[in-house]
Amino acid sequence: MEMPAPDQKILSRKDAVVRRLQAVLPQDAVIHDPAETRAYECDALTAYRCPPLAAVLPASTEEVAAVLRICHEEGVPVVPRGAGTSLAGGALPTADCVILGVARMTEVLETDYANRFIRVQTGRTNLSVSGAVEEEGFFYAPDPSSQLACAIAGNVAMNSGGAHCLKYGVTTNNLLGVTMVLMDGTVVELGGAHLDAAGYDLLGLVCGSEGQLGVVTEATLRILRKPEGARPVLIGFDSNEVAGHCVSDIIKAGVLPVAIEFMDRPCIRATEAFAHAGYPDCEALLIVEVEGSEAEIDAQLGMISQIARKHDPVELRESGSEEESARIWLGRKSAFGAMGQINDYMCLDGTIPVSALPMVLRRIGEMSREFGLDVGNVFHAGDGNMHPLILYDANKPGDLELCERFGAEILKLCVEVGGCLTGEHGVGIEKRDLMVHQYGAEDLEIQMAVKDVFDPHWLLNPAKVFPLQASQGRRAA
Amino acid sequence: MMTPKSEQELAEAIAGTDAPLTVRGGGTRPIGRALPGQTLSVAEMSGITLHEPGALTLVAQAGTPVAEIEAALAAEGQRLAFEPMDHRGLLGTTGTPTIGGVVAANVSGPRRIQVGACRDSLLGVRFVDGAGRVLRNGGRVMKNVTGYDLVKLIAGSYGTLGVLTEVSFKVLPAAEAVGTLRLHGLDDRRAVAAMSAALGSPCEVSGAAHLPRGADGRPVTMLRLEGFADSVAYRMGRMQTLLGSFGDGEIDRDAESVAAAWRAIRDVEAFAGQPGDVWRVSVKPSDGPAVAEALDGAEVIYDWGGGLVWALTPEGTDARAALAGIGGHATLVRASEDTRARLAVFHPEPAPVAALAAGLRAKFDPRGVLNPGLMG
Repeated sequence: MEMPAPDQKILSRKDAVVRRLQAVLPQDAVIHDPAETRAYECDALTAYRCPPLAAVLPASTEEVAAVLRICHEEGVPVVPRGAGTSLAGGALPTADCVILGVARMTEVLETDYANRFIRVQTGRTNLSVSGAVEEEGFFYAPDPSSQLACAIAGNVAMNSGGAHCLKYGVTTNNLLGVTMVLMDGTVVELGGAHLDAAGYDLLGLVCGSEGQLGVVTEATLRILRKPEGARPVLIGFDSNEVAGHCVSDIIKAGVLPVAIEFMDRPCIRATEAFAHAGYPDCEALLIVEVEGSEAEIDAQLGMISQIARKHDPVELRESGSEEESARIWLGRKSAFGAMGQINDYMCLDGTIPVSALPMVLRRIGEMSREFGLDVGNVFHAGDGNMHPLILYDANKPGDLELCERFGAEILKLCVEVGGCLTGEHGVGIEKRDLMVHQYGAEDLEIQMAVKDVFDPHWLLNPAKVFPLQASQGRRAA
Repeated sequence: MMTPKSEQELAEAIAGTDAPLTVRGGGTRPIGRALPGQTLSVAEMSGITLHEPGALTLVAQAGTPVAEIEAALAAEGQRLAFEPMDHRGLLGTTGTPTIGGVVAANVSGPRRIQVGACRDSLLGVRFVDGAGRVLRNGGRVMKNVTGYDLVKLIAGSYGTLGVLTEVSFKVLPAAEAVGTLRLHGLDDRRAVAAMSAALGSPCEVSGAAHLPRGADGRPVTMLRLEGFADSVAYRMGRMQTLLGSFGDGEIDRDAESVAAAWRAIRDVEAFAGQPGDVWRVSVKPSDGPAVAEALDGAEVIYDWGGGLVWALTPEGTDARAALAGIGGHATLVRASEDTRARLAVFHPEPAPVAALAAGLRAKFDPRGVLNPGLMG
């Protein structure tokens, strides 16, 4: 993955830039020693690394505005960073950039149970937002699998999803308002505790813009009352095709599960070897979870099981207790770790129409043989959000590149069948150059024109989202 | 009136004009100021292009009548989750509401509190911008973070950034059973407290409205539950217990009468044909009663648990004064031409936000031909 060459003029002005940043922030909030800036050299896409010019850790919206004003005046690119858990390289620095980390901004600013929202600084982790309202029986719905570590700032930037979005939606459906600082230091408020935008839906536009339109410092999030309970059913099938049909039939029947998770045989075998969850050795496995009172759960699981039985499952196991639920989820939750035990892996997140599932899985299997790289599939089947995990060996020369080419072919296939390149991870650098497969030149041009409005000099996270060649003229201007 | 029959014709029509165009679907929601220029209707671009019940997705051309979509979905036991309002009664218009108009105005109904607004169900758009470019964003899958979300930007932009040609939606199963709990005699604050208690419970309330003056002249508070019959019955019992301190109330389980009651809320039927201006105010629910009090003399209806206040005010009243010190916004949905010109239909924006909006308009409609002046 190519990154633009750093601007030598900026590198030569490092000391002056650092001095100006130190003038507006506490001493320990400006990191510029090369030994320390290395901590910010990558995010969770660890194949790519580059220490930044400097990293700053402001503690308030005012400090963020001060930093951005300086960088704007100095013409220094800024890469915003939440917790650095992006799988797409969304927070990857360039050598001439300042990393703006929100890690010190973790306060809860307001909780309002009567109106069902919480306002937080965006450095707060996803899980600790739920943690802050848990005692009152509430939770924040989007639950990316990195929720223990990932920050709301990154969730908003990437419009993060999670396993339960079939019912609750993704970040953008649960975000009521933001405080955002534009690249020139202007602070804007979008949305609030009320519903729906006054004018254009700038809040909807900002969510998922990968830190390219502004730095979101505070967020007002919708909180929900926890359901009385939740339990899954595990269903094993002899073919991916049949499992796919079963998913469609469940959805058509009017049951709306909170999650429908899918694992294929390579993934089932890997997790069994790793976590011993007691999964059947079959071609495809579904975990379908429903919520409600005990009686409501029983009724819904009964309906789902009835539908599944028509498809002749090799195994069907309704959870009857918390213990059994934990056991059913154990393998799914350790799937990534299990695959990681086998080898390095690249995790994709293309989304497809549910009806294309069997065909896409078959093609991925064929391509796996063509490329000579193993793939395990574990994903959110209810919404078609796939997670093929391609195994490769980082120490073997050429393997990463081979893996990336394979990944690109899978994502192109997702687009061909009516889906998209990324369902919840974001484009970042990883899928930047594949954007031309999803969008025409004018579709990309209008998106870049949106960035022109918010950040005319293209200083915020500039080398992401759009193919480098397409954004070249704007970044150089 | 220009009535292009295809996206290509539409693109040529827009590219070929430098005079202002008034964009419309069925013309049933003339919210905003009367605009100069020739009318451009997308009504001829009509038809459902795809409906996959097993994937909960529907794609339709912008001019497709809402009724046609609702019928096609109903045939598969599905529906548009966000329950779009029909403006005809309130605005005294006739014609056929189109799905493009619903999206352009981001129209949602009572279920917005549970499933989100129109924009939350919208998966993708195709549109022609003011330069005549055919553009698309999003798609037909439920999770999509590929590039910027222009889908949300276009929803609710009232045709000022582009003319919609095709829209795709996530749809949801229709409910097997429905019921409304009606509480009587609560004042506005008590009513909002009751609705908050219900909405903050695990009962999965899909509608929460309060009429200070119900059909019999007394206040009535309505809470709707939907789902499988056993589940609705169970949750109804639970909610009644939870709200015991607000009175016993009564339960309506008759599907037709429940539907009629919520349609009346959705379409603000109480204000149809009544003299006066109509304002639509969005605030946080607990601020709703304060807005009503500040609008002394106005008749109000609360939806969205108190967060959506419909106000019928004496002609020429500036309802935005009632929002002083309260976050939120007010749209002047119905008023005379003079009042709409004087008070502005859409809520004024702070300068930096207005600058962003103007900047976006300049990019999407560089020649200023699409509904110019409608949103600033």
